[in-house]
Amino acid sequence: MAHAKNHDYHILTPSIWPLIGALSGFVMLFGAVLWMHGITAWMFWGGLVGVLYTMFAWWSEVVVESHVGDHTPVVRIGLRYGFILFIMSEVMFFFAWFWSFFKHRIYPMQDYIGSEYTAPAIHAVDPFHLPLINTLVLLLSGCAVTWAHHALVHEGDRKALVQGLAIGIVLGIAFTALQAFEYAELLLHEDWTFGGDQFYSNFFMATGFHGFHVVIGTIFLTVCLIRALRGDFTPEKHVGFEAAAWYWHFVDVVWLFLFVAVYIWGQAPLY
Amino acid sequence: MADAAIHGHEHEDQRGFFTRWFMSTNHKDIGILYLVFSALAGFISVALTVFMRLELMEPGVQHMCLEGFRLFGSGAEVCTPNGHLWNVMITYHGVLMMFFVVIPALFGGFGNYFMPLQIGAPDMAFPRMNNLSFWLYVAGTSLGVASMLSPGGNDQLGSGVGWVLYPPLSTTEGGMSMDLAIFAVHVSGASSILGAINMITTFLNMRAPGMTLFKVPLFAWSIFITSWLILLSLPVLAGAITMLLMDRNFGFTFFDPAGGGDPILYQHILWFFGHPEVYIVILPGFGIISHVIATFSRKPIFGYLPMVWALIAIGVLGFVVWAHHMYTVGMTVNQQAYFMLATMVIAVPTGVKVFSWIATMWGGSIEFKTPMLFAFGFLFLFTVGGVTGVVLSQAGVDRAYHDTYYVVAHFHYVMSLGAVFAIFAGVYFYFGKMTGRMYSEFWGKIHFWLFFIGANLTFFPQHFLGRQGMPRRYIDYPEAFAYWNYISSWGAFISFASFLLFFGIVFYALLRGAKVTENNYWNEYADTLEWTLPSPPPEHTFEILPKQEDWDKGHAH
Repeated sequence: MAHAKNHDYHILTPSIWPLIGALSGFVMLFGAVLWMHGITAWMFWGGLVGVLYTMFAWWSEVVVESHVGDHTPVVRIGLRYGFILFIMSEVMFFFAWFWSFFKHRIYPMQDYIGSEYTAPAIHAVDPFHLPLINTLVLLLSGCAVTWAHHALVHEGDRKALVQGLAIGIVLGIAFTALQAFEYAELLLHEDWTFGGDQFYSNFFMATGFHGFHVVIGTIFLTVCLIRALRGDFTPEKHVGFEAAAWYWHFVDVVWLFLFVAVYIWGQAPLY
Repeated sequence: MADAAIHGHEHEDQRGFFTRWFMSTNHKDIGILYLVFSALAGFISVALTVFMRLELMEPGVQHMCLEGFRLFGSGAEVCTPNGHLWNVMITYHGVLMMFFVVIPALFGGFGNYFMPLQIGAPDMAFPRMNNLSFWLYVAGTSLGVASMLSPGGNDQLGSGVGWVLYPPLSTTEGGMSMDLAIFAVHVSGASSILGAINMITTFLNMRAPGMTLFKVPLFAWSIFITSWLILLSLPVLAGAITMLLMDRNFGFTFFDPAGGGDPILYQHILWFFGHPEVYIVILPGFGIISHVIATFSRKPIFGYLPMVWALIAIGVLGFVVWAHHMYTVGMTVNQQAYFMLATMVIAVPTGVKVFSWIATMWGGSIEFKTPMLFAFGFLFLFTVGGVTGVVLSQAGVDRAYHDTYYVVAHFHYVMSLGAVFAIFAGVYFYFGKMTGRMYSEFWGKIHFWLFFIGANLTFFPQHFLGRQGMPRRYIDYPEAFAYWNYISSWGAFISFASFLLFFGIVFYALLRGAKVTENNYWNEYADTLEWTLPSPPPEHTFEILPKQEDWDKGHAH
């Protein structure tokens, strides 16, 4: 047994995906710069295809590895640690937008000595119409995913697993659609801009970045739905699903903060 | 196990060159890749400083001319000063050093190679993602270098905005150079965050049987704490530079007062990352130094537990002191008082570390091999830098020193000298372990003395320049500052020569160095798990997990 593996950790064979992924990332971002400077958009799209394909191929391999039994209990613990840490880093990403928001909410520029600014409205929209509905849509979606999780873990009820996931996904798409509708209203009919003399930047950045995460989360849940339909996930072993559920709840919680801060507190100047 | 059959039962390496170095899932190979590539990035970055010191050697502008760059300016030709070129030099020196040299060398290189070995893990928790971290780092460096060579502000190449990328300078700098630089930092951040996730998971999940948290060697601890700093601070920077990108390209107004934004906000968010970044740079160095000093003093490290808690304390405090970088932006006195006190508190855990190192040496039979010399140099230089840091932490005193060469001297003493001396200590300490060949002790010592003298000659006079009031980031200066600038430039040339010598030592050792035959070629106080392995270690280590008696030495802690 001198050189045989004698532990439960996952030792991987060499893989081409990291190199291709990083190369595609380089092409994509270089392309984005070219695009932003009006030279060509093609390089960006080419890189994006490479990045997306890498993700697909790489994570497909992970699923295959899970099927052949590489994901021992200790490896599954590691995967969970890794995903929680990833979510923590995402939280810190949102930290930046919230920092900007709170700064401008609490210390708006017109308070500075000698300032000639007017109070920025940040987000002069009634939060208790469309935004409230959207909040409920997203929270319900989170409930559906938790229902699916419960069905899988405690009852082994695969039908309810699939139903819950499907409902969660539909509600997630509904959230994105409603959000797109709100953006369209503001940008097209109410003449909002990203800049201008009102501080709309923060609204669009924070909610836009959140919306991007909702789309990612929806895709993640959809992958889980497909895997569930193909018979993946057991009550004991379902790291992928768990990660998707955690991610979805993270997106929910960020939204609640956004709703309370940007939509409610941000709707009008305090004084 | 499904993949047990795939992996080499043979002793010799059967992987092809491409498979081994481009598709690696092996923490030791990835560590080597990190070290080699960061040496390359370091060379570019150091070369920039040589040009800068050449320009600053004499008052007036002799080399960086609009008419073209001149290596030897006789002073006879007409030279219109090219301030943009100067600004580009300082910008990319900073960006490269901060993101693409020191973190990859210490955290990526030594962290990858030795953290899993010290805790007896067969590899990292996510070996494939580990390689993604490395290649993203390469992609980021490429974007950074592309940024330096692409159209930027003032109708010239590159961006001249300083590594901190403050708006409104960075939001108004023309061309695509600035956008490339922003993406370079994004990609390097993604690389470091993935690395941090990997390190934390490995540390928490893969320690050898019996190795409880407070039995983990100090270097592994330092990597663990550094990972947390990276994980929690780099995303915030990513947010800040995303706002910059939006302001620049999509009409957002985060930092533009005309749209209700605030440029000072950027400084806050940047430094909320930037201060932890300082500790990201230095903490792994602390870890290496602890092992080197213990080994060559032939004593276990003094105060293991306080050393660990000091690391933790420095990590936590690093998050709550950021605004001491910006005392002069118009904060209230209360804010300044808070940041001043919080900053000075950091001197306490740092003092714990410095005094513990000294106490480790106290009464030990000290052997001045090259790594120990570098550790000694580190200790002295880092303490000098730390002491000037306490001076600068005082908001009142900072009024005079802000943006002078005193600050330049301070942070080069902690980073350029502290962190870089730690890197060299690590390289010499582990060279035999990583390559199976020994460096030349004689030339290693020459390297140390050249570098020690050169670095001190470069940066010590800059304290005087700062006290005389010479501002940083200028291409030219009045006659009054000429004396110390001249000496400082000579110091830089000596340091550069020592850097070239270092490459020579490495190449010679790789080709002709004596073969290392022992697992532990120092002494029994190098008692962590990497010293139980052959030099160089086989492709797969700890396929049978180490037993507690392999690493749990009674005298250690």
